[in-house]
Amino acid sequence: MNEQQQTLWQFMQQQSGKLQEQTLQHIGLTFISLCIAVLVGLPLGIFIVRKKQLSGLVLGIAGVLQTIPSIALLGFMIPLLGIGPKPAIVALLLYALLPIIRNTYTGILGVDTAVKEAAVAMGMSKWQILFKVELPLAMPVIFAGIRTATVINVGVATLASLIAAGGLGEFIFGGISLNNTNMILAGAIPSALLAIIFDLLLSMVQKISFKKLKRVVYVFPVLLILLCLFYIVPAKSEGKLTAGFTPEFMGRQDGDLGLRSKYGLKIHTIVISDAVMYKAAFEKHLDVISGYSTDGRLKAYDLVVLDDDKHIFPPYYAAPIVRDDILKKFPDLEPTLNLLAGKINDSVMTVLNYRTDYLHQSPERVAKDFLVANKLWRAERGGSDGVVRIGSKIFGEQYILANIYSMLIKGYTDHDVSTKTGLGGTKICFDALTNNQIDFYPEYTGTGLLAILQASPKTVNEVTVNRDSTYNYVQRQFESKYQIKWLKPIGFNNAYALMMRQQQAKQLGIKTISNLKQFLDKK
Amino acid sequence: MIKVDNVSKHFGGVKAVDGVSFDVADQENLILLGTSGCGKTTTLKMINRLIEPTSGAIYIDGKNIMEQPPEALRRGIGYVLQNNGLFPHHTVAQNIAVVPNLLKWDKQKTEKRTAELMEKLHLDASYLDVYPNELSGGQQQRIGLARALVSDPPVLLMDEPFGALDNVTRSKIHAEFKALDELKRKTIIMVTHDVQEAFELGDRICLMDKGKIIQSGTPAQLLFNPVNDFVKDFLKHQRLQLEFKAIKLTDLWELLPELNKEAKASSFNAGSNLWETLESFKFNNGETVNISKDQNESKTVSFEQLMSAFYHYKNHQAHE
Repeated sequence: MNEQQQTLWQFMQQQSGKLQEQTLQHIGLTFISLCIAVLVGLPLGIFIVRKKQLSGLVLGIAGVLQTIPSIALLGFMIPLLGIGPKPAIVALLLYALLPIIRNTYTGILGVDTAVKEAAVAMGMSKWQILFKVELPLAMPVIFAGIRTATVINVGVATLASLIAAGGLGEFIFGGISLNNTNMILAGAIPSALLAIIFDLLLSMVQKISFKKLKRVVYVFPVLLILLCLFYIVPAKSEGKLTAGFTPEFMGRQDGDLGLRSKYGLKIHTIVISDAVMYKAAFEKHLDVISGYSTDGRLKAYDLVVLDDDKHIFPPYYAAPIVRDDILKKFPDLEPTLNLLAGKINDSVMTVLNYRTDYLHQSPERVAKDFLVANKLWRAERGGSDGVVRIGSKIFGEQYILANIYSMLIKGYTDHDVSTKTGLGGTKICFDALTNNQIDFYPEYTGTGLLAILQASPKTVNEVTVNRDSTYNYVQRQFESKYQIKWLKPIGFNNAYALMMRQQQAKQLGIKTISNLKQFLDKK
Repeated sequence: MIKVDNVSKHFGGVKAVDGVSFDVADQENLILLGTSGCGKTTTLKMINRLIEPTSGAIYIDGKNIMEQPPEALRRGIGYVLQNNGLFPHHTVAQNIAVVPNLLKWDKQKTEKRTAELMEKLHLDASYLDVYPNELSGGQQQRIGLARALVSDPPVLLMDEPFGALDNVTRSKIHAEFKALDELKRKTIIMVTHDVQEAFELGDRICLMDKGKIIQSGTPAQLLFNPVNDFVKDFLKHQRLQLEFKAIKLTDLWELLPELNKEAKASSFNAGSNLWETLESFKFNNGETVNISKDQNESKTVSFEQLMSAFYHYKNHQAHE
């Protein structure tokens, strides 16, 4: 795409230190949780063999835990255990439990009754039967369970990066946000390889004959504990403040990189998903976070934006971007979408976001209220002249915008609408647009410039001096590169911002990012 | 040696065993015979407390088994199962050594005893390091027997021990079983549904049906003095063979003519049954066998003479 484009191999070499650290963290996370899951699951499995009336209950609960979406489970953990490795390990442990309990249970039950009867008849005690007969014979089945749990854990551990527990997910989610394929692959390929390698190794253990089984039984726990040690729990901050940045922010010129180069800001940083970042700041797990200036949670959690006095955050004016062929196909689409141009400023957007994110009103309702208040609302015409497909990214603001556009199109034209909301990140959304999966979605000028066009630092410096030059640049580039048109900006600037708790900022006298740096440098 | 006194076992409302009583004398071989579900296996398993009786009492050597810890009780009773129940994850040697290890024998003693048993059971010492699944069914069953005998327990319980074997292997093992001196010293209770096997191996038979003992006695008593039609019907098939097996040469002794001993003929102890003796004839003209009784008396008889003694004996039984 541009001169900075490098091969995956170059990227991995360049980031080898980080890659190694993340891989070790990943392995560590997987095996610490696996280790605990074995310690919990194995006795529990044995217990329900003895007390069969409890087996339904225990397996049922473990089964229900398994069905909770992993990201939701991580979400449940935050109020209980905060952020970082602890909740991640607990969540992974819960996923690993079911296969281990179930296979222990079925493995022991599956031992030939004649063999068990012989053991009893020869005068073995309950424990002798368990350790000398039942467990050794159930071992292949139990190992199969451990194997399943390991593979599940390697996969789910990628999500641990969203709650600041590290692992290869940092690259994967960073890459998705930054539209950086190399970064995605640098995380995805090693994690896939880990899954395959561990699966292979454990399948070999599983097939091992009884002759060698004894040795394995001793070696396996030692190996497991060694692998656990890979997880070097991130050193607790020695600094005064802890920052939580999203994976996207970490990799951006107008993010952590800019903070370091332009402000010289050095702060203990952990990587975290923006879904939990604000709450973590509110609950004082984090002190400084990278947020969006129109985010409703800013208001909800009483956070304050630090002034970007050296202007490293480029403008992020939102505007719908549409493929040219769609504008030709639906000539009345452009004027309809432009009805919203200039109608929503920063504070209006923050309030709208606050209503969805914090008051939990539905985006439909917020959208309709807004249109009615601005006298833009018209009843649906119920038209069927083709379908316009609207996309949106996976956060509240985009949901509201998608709903507003949907209502406008239905009210002002004869087209029907289908919405594909919640498309993961910039890359997913933009790929959907260029691959004709959606027709338009709201994008931000800064994202277009940095994440999609991946402009060189020189260009960025030149065009980010004001909102119009940025807008004009991306409009020109998108038209020539992708045949995609930027319509008129909606009005608000949802730029990146550093934010802190209002109370703490006031107490420490921090108003700007430079203030923050001075405070951190003061010993 | 073993006394089972009015023992019952109920599973829910089902009376699997209903007031069963019998005695087994020292070194006697008692067979529990019956069809599937008659309660014979349940009865057997109550003796080593694999199943706890609902009521009644069982005594071994005059001691109530309920008053002993079950593990200690079981270590003193050999147990052989139909599907051998060998530990698939143990070698043959380890399988045989299970009880010695529980009894904390030292290694040498265990090894010596294992080697002794392997020889008696005609098993090559090279089998000691293989796993059970590498052996044939007959070999596995012999290992199962060795495992039960290793600590030389006075009592042996056998649950259809030869049930999973084919006919050829079974009759071979039957022969070995009868020849094994280890077993002659033991009090054995064996469960089987095979009438021929019961007649071949049993000193006494308890014929069971629906949880009750219908008749108990020697094979000959069951055959010639059945208490009811059930017993008669049960023994109907291949009756002639059963009769041959039930009748011992001692029973016919008086009916056999006195003849001089012939040196060349094969010889039998008077305790043998008629079936074994008849089987040994190759039907050459004028062939005879020697029968010895109490070491000083002996007779030499031909096939025809044995058969004629048999008919006399049977007629006599029928008129009694």
